[in-house]
Amino acid sequence: MGTRVVRVEDPRLLTAGGTYTDDLREPLLTGAAYATFVRSPHAHARITGIDVSAAQDEPGVVAVLTGQDAAAELPAPPDNPNAEPLLATDTVRYVGEPVALVVTDGRYQGEDAAELVSVDYEPLPAVIDIDDALRGETLLFPESGSNVVASGGGDGSGDDAFADCEVVVERTIVNQRVAPAPLETRAAAAAWADERLTVWVSTQNAHWARDAIAGALGLEPAAVRVITPDVGGGFGAKIGADRDGIAVAWAARRTGRPVRWVETRSENLVGMTHGRGQRHAIKIGGTRDGRITAYRLGVIQDAGGYPRMATLLATLTQTMASGVYDIPHVEAGFQVVVTNTTPVAAYRGAGRPEATAAVERAVDMFAAEIGMDPAEVRRRNFIAPDKFPYTTPGGMEYDTGEYAAALDRVLSAAGYDELRAEQARRREQGGPVQLGVGLSTYVEITGGVPEIGETARLEVHDDGTVTVLTGSSPHGQGHATAWAMLVQDELGIPMDKITVRHGDTDAIPVGIGTFGSRSLQLGGTAVHQAAVNVKERARELAADELEADKADLEFDVAGGVWRVRGTPDIGLDWGRLARLAGPDGLAADVHFTSPKSTFPFGAHVAVVEADVETGKVRLVRHVTVDDAGPVLNPVLAEGQRQGGIAQGAAQALLEEVLYDSDGNPVTSTLVDYPFITATELPSFELVDMATPTPLNPLGVKGIGEAGTIGATPAVQNAVVDAVAHLGVRHIDMPTTPQRVWTAINEARAGQ
Amino acid sequence: MKVTITVNGEKIQEDVEDRTLLVHFLRDGANLTATNIGCDTTSCGACTVLLDGESVKSCTVLAAQADGAEVTTVEGLASPDGELHPMQRAFQAEHGLQCGFCTPGMVMAAVSLLKENPHPTEEQVRTGLEGNLCRCTGYHNIVRAVLAAAEEGA
Repeated sequence: MGTRVVRVEDPRLLTAGGTYTDDLREPLLTGAAYATFVRSPHAHARITGIDVSAAQDEPGVVAVLTGQDAAAELPAPPDNPNAEPLLATDTVRYVGEPVALVVTDGRYQGEDAAELVSVDYEPLPAVIDIDDALRGETLLFPESGSNVVASGGGDGSGDDAFADCEVVVERTIVNQRVAPAPLETRAAAAAWADERLTVWVSTQNAHWARDAIAGALGLEPAAVRVITPDVGGGFGAKIGADRDGIAVAWAARRTGRPVRWVETRSENLVGMTHGRGQRHAIKIGGTRDGRITAYRLGVIQDAGGYPRMATLLATLTQTMASGVYDIPHVEAGFQVVVTNTTPVAAYRGAGRPEATAAVERAVDMFAAEIGMDPAEVRRRNFIAPDKFPYTTPGGMEYDTGEYAAALDRVLSAAGYDELRAEQARRREQGGPVQLGVGLSTYVEITGGVPEIGETARLEVHDDGTVTVLTGSSPHGQGHATAWAMLVQDELGIPMDKITVRHGDTDAIPVGIGTFGSRSLQLGGTAVHQAAVNVKERARELAADELEADKADLEFDVAGGVWRVRGTPDIGLDWGRLARLAGPDGLAADVHFTSPKSTFPFGAHVAVVEADVETGKVRLVRHVTVDDAGPVLNPVLAEGQRQGGIAQGAAQALLEEVLYDSDGNPVTSTLVDYPFITATELPSFELVDMATPTPLNPLGVKGIGEAGTIGATPAVQNAVVDAVAHLGVRHIDMPTTPQRVWTAINEARAGQ
Repeated sequence: MKVTITVNGEKIQEDVEDRTLLVHFLRDGANLTATNIGCDTTSCGACTVLLDGESVKSCTVLAAQADGAEVTTVEGLASPDGELHPMQRAFQAEHGLQCGFCTPGMVMAAVSLLKENPHPTEEQVRTGLEGNLCRCTGYHNIVRAVLAAAEEGA
């Protein structure tokens, strides 16, 4: 615990390369055909006819499958007003929605054949954004009677706690839609043999994918085996299996041929779920000396064409609305609306970046209104360290937190006073390149349904090597290294004798997967506990064999043997104990569950340079404290923080998914979608801090999403700060040169 | 049409459609799957390989264009006895990869960068890798890896 260990995954990834779904050379996939989807070019339309004959007649086309074929053969989907079919039948609700599936012998043929599928569409008016949805002139699901599919929390009609506030600031701001865009697009491969379906999916949860596939195809779960190959990034957008992957599995069963599929990036940017997409009505009030007494957040979540998990996202935003602050009156509520755009689902942070971005902007606007340093305002409103566990107005029970300490630490590391002095100097000089310093202090909820926990099985083999079977599902996080470290810590077995396996529903009967920053606290704890159990069993076996008292036994790490204290000549190595263990072997199964989530926290300082003549902004420094408790492997934790910061900064500075007024996506290739590059980021400065939680034996919380959650508001606040002296109070994200320039000019005009 | 390319020192001849991309020749023809495809607009660099010593995005080169040429992929970087190239060593030492999908292309682009500029500044490394996208690492440790490899004289 706490040691810098380079990854065991890397030698293979750096030489032969990972085996991602499109790389598979499995025997079951020999002779596989290729799947290509026909997708809707319209944001909203009725399908009045599909003619597959021209495509079907092409040599090399194995099959062309439509929604009608699915409806005829597969069980009806659950009775749900917003049901999403495998392939669209009568209505398409977003550009990119799958309409038909073409299976071809050759890879390149697929696109040619897809073009021959003739679909007749009757375009309908497109509901392109939240305002359109609320106006309700066109309904995506007419039977529902409304485009508002869910609502919750307060509706803003409560006691007016703002009446007594000396200062009130109100604003509606945007948390824009972004594309997760992992480097590996979605992919799946499937083979039907001996009445069983084997499916390889680029997923974050093999078991959820298995259940989704089995359910959709009317199969018993035992008839489906899902294997997770190497996954090239997920970020929440590869949870379970979505309709495209399920359709591929169906095609394999239907045609009797193995089928493989990988989407193009253009398909990915419209077909993979998007992230964020919220509008925030913010109201914050308090005293002139910096005490915040009331905060209201009204969230409208754009769910896209089908609601999927949008209500969960909005609920997380609502319940985490008040952040790190001790605010007497907090009211948060949400509405979820459907629009003719790509469905919105989890993306690194999933509802919590939104909550943090809203309250951090609100606090900065409040600070600007009363003319107080934003760091000082924060200090005056943090939940005090002696208040934990602290239950928020939103009903969240924060386990542990040291918010003021985190802020002080990051300000010190950033040289906050020097930064403010430099800022003042530049303002005095009045040159074109001004300095902006932005803060965020955040808390977030991790554990991703801790009640369902995570599993681990640890087996010591007759040769003294170990296999760990984990329910966690890494897609870059380095669990193989981390779990091996946990086992080595407990059992003294060297890491090169430990193999960690994941993502096979046959080998691992029960598993949950990796999302919501849950893996170390749940999956890691399960591994640790399994090791503890194995150690206890080993002690018993050794005591029996050596005819000694358990209390007199010790494990000699250097020699790798158990011995009786004071008897150096006789030792039993792990392999020997495994052989002594009998038919059940030397093994342990653990399913660790936790009744409560954990709450990592931190503070970020972002420093930007803004050219006030062009609006161009450059992020020059980003300093963070991200406290998720004790660190198992600083190498891995730093990597998670760095990657998270980059995605958070990307949302604040650059990235945005855009649609035109007909619902056509205009950022659907990487030429148009401004995916952040190495030139737009500095090296980051990470500061250590570790406040444990009592909620698991390791004392750990989740680090995976924290960097993203903290980074976005710090960078956005920095950009506003850079031009605040010109009268700017807010700039929506992404803070493009156009937005910055416009804000400056509007402020000047207003003065 | 028949295309012959020497890949990592081995002559590979395949009969391919005229429109076959070099990246598919490598992945499907030569069965070297380390080089990945991350986009369809020449934007992401995951497919970067060396073509006659120059870095190219193999998704934007036809196999036919590489007929008769030499291609080096990440699978050809380590020495025959398995000793890692300094760039590979540096990427592991500095944790310059997480999911690994961008890595083969990133490593080849970095190798090419150092061939042209053996002692780059951090800014030059970042500019040099602008055409290689990574979603996992935030580039921080990739930059450190390249600078470390340069230090070692890669």
